Amino acid sequence: MSGIGIAVDAAVAMLVVLGTVIMLISSLGVLRLPDVYTRAHATTKSATLGLLCILAGTFIHFLYHHHLVSIRLILVIFFVFMTAPVAGHMIIRAAHRSGVPLADISVRDAIREDFGAPGESAEKGAAEHAENGAENMAEAGGAVHDGTDRAAPESPAADRRGNGDPAGE
Amino acid sequence: MMDIVLLACMFGLSASIAAALYRIFHRESTVADRVLLLDSLSFILIGIVAILSIWLDTTAFFESIVLIGILAFASTIALSRFIERGVVIVRDRDRR
Repeated sequence: MSGIGIAVDAAVAMLVVLGTVIMLISSLGVLRLPDVYTRAHATTKSATLGLLCILAGTFIHFLYHHHLVSIRLILVIFFVFMTAPVAGHMIIRAAHRSGVPLADISVRDAIREDFGAPGESAEKGAAEHAENGAENMAEAGGAVHDGTDRAAPESPAADRRGNGDPAGE
Repeated sequence: MMDIVLLACMFGLSASIAAALYRIFHRESTVADRVLLLDSLSFILIGIVAILSIWLDTTAFFESIVLIGILAFASTIALSRFIERGVVIVRDRDRR
């Protein structure tokens, strides 16, 4: 095999190994992160990057050894790159609307009032948003200093964070 | 040499599948977790099939790669619509 062939094989192997390592880091994030929102951060971004590395290695392999520009691989790379963020966004929006609670160490839920019930007035939602924002910011400021009581059960923000109905009252 | 690297990568991706399956069958996982990890599982599967097609030096599996990608996207969208409001196709346009 010529020197260029060895170099191409080395490049393919490096891309595939890099993609595998990124996939393993992604699955480490799946195992370690606390709730579905942070796990989506692990799976959608890094799994897409790892898969793109592996598919690029496959593309280079067939480009050199078979002189084949595989339209199907280009299609899959484009398709995955387009659809993976959309799918992650859809899942997380569905999770937030169906009331999956945040992890206990979360400080605030920034998009909570955006999904109010259809009959609810906008003013009420805005006032509630301002109030909860102030509470959560105060809570976060306290948590910076001691870090122990930010998930206190008598806090109204902590109650609303977990009860699964964003427009509950 | 190349075969050993590709085999090691397939084992690594299998470990990723094992991690995703652990989180899917975990007792405290929500439905959104499971849908998200099925999506991630299909990505890992695409990677394994791509590495297999390098290893066997054939282009015959590229159709299956395309098919897994499209099916993963469609099923993810359908399942997330379902867990969002209980229906997949909404005919009433006034419901957000």
